[in-house]
Amino acid sequence: MNTETRKVLLGPLFDNNPITLQILGICSALAVTSSMNTALLMSLSLTLVTAFSNMFISTVRNHTPSSIRIIVQMTIIASLVIVVDQLLRAYAFDTSKRLSVFVGLIITNCIVMGRAEAFAMQNPPGISFLDGIGNGLGYSLILMSVAFVRELLGAGSLFGVQIIPLLKDGGWYVPNGLLLLPPSAFFLIGILIWVVRTKKPEQLEVAEFKIHEPAKGEYH
Amino acid sequence: MEGLLSLFVKSVFIENMALTFFLGMCTFIAISKKIETAIGLGIAVVIVQAITMPVNNLILNVFLKENVLIQGVDLRFLGLISYIAVIAAIVQVLEMAMDKFAPALHQALGIFLPLITVNCAILGGTLFMVERDYTFTESVVYGFGSGFSWMLAIIILAGVRERLKYSDVPQGLQGLGIIFITVGLMSLGFMSFSGIQL
Repeated sequence: MNTETRKVLLGPLFDNNPITLQILGICSALAVTSSMNTALLMSLSLTLVTAFSNMFISTVRNHTPSSIRIIVQMTIIASLVIVVDQLLRAYAFDTSKRLSVFVGLIITNCIVMGRAEAFAMQNPPGISFLDGIGNGLGYSLILMSVAFVRELLGAGSLFGVQIIPLLKDGGWYVPNGLLLLPPSAFFLIGILIWVVRTKKPEQLEVAEFKIHEPAKGEYH
Repeated sequence: MEGLLSLFVKSVFIENMALTFFLGMCTFIAISKKIETAIGLGIAVVIVQAITMPVNNLILNVFLKENVLIQGVDLRFLGLISYIAVIAAIVQVLEMAMDKFAPALHQALGIFLPLITVNCAILGGTLFMVERDYTFTESVVYGFGSGFSWMLAIIILAGVRERLKYSDVPQGLQGLGIIFITVGLMSLGFMSFSGIQL
């Protein structure tokens, strides 16, 4: 694997993560992370859709007039999402019921559109496909780590298998109900961003205002 | 009538688009730096949502449901692509109409309109409407209510962020990190509505 391919494929995992740095595709990242199962299925669907939409859009990029490119991209993405939706209904009906509208919302997931616009329109199909996979993986990484914490501490299980014995079943762990509620996803992603940015100081945002340090003897 | 009123209250407070379902988060976080722009975007979302929801409801009931267009054919699998096309088309038409008939409004809201096509709150609202099988009148009310709920949330967030600018936030948390935590706290506040029975 040469360096450029590696950069395209693995860059979005930490250095240029779609969620923590590019602020894309957050909507679904929060809503489907209360259990590992739904998060895994969602990550898979999104990675597939991003990869293939990137590939197809890049294939037709030289034939699309730029004035109608958005609608062309939308059509390609929507068709792919319909395929994924039908597949999920056929093979994973229960989980697809729990994902409810969020599979359909992959259409408006900014990662898909963002990558199509930013990468696939300028690059050949092969590398665009890899870029799609890479960004899908970056998204999956965040989704899975948030879901891991939420399911483990909120329900004491992983993938529906009991890991920590709950108090009500005779064990010792009292599950933290907050982690199953929507707001906990925000806190976890906020903390995750904090950790990533402490490790990688180049991702820090510059404050708009500096707090003035009062000089010695200054009255307030 | 009472049912419609409770649907409205439910869609604004109990099932807030942004804070309970996390829809439209990307624009929610990107465009909430100032209250004025937040209000502009909020109004645009309310308008688009209130128009697209009933139109999509008609599309569903007239074309896509089983046996309505052709006997024995269920076209609901085409739902996603038709809804997004309707939304994109309506946003485009709205932009042109605004430019012609209300140039001042277009000046204020124009830049936000293209963004709304990819706002998941719009498509999400339509999908919820389909999932819950709302009637036409209900879809009008739900469209207005859910758009309003999103506007409410983004204006609150913008208000908080204007104050947040002057506060001393730990370095790694500055910017995106602290916004997430703020939205989490707001969402926690809105959770308290969930006990209301209507």
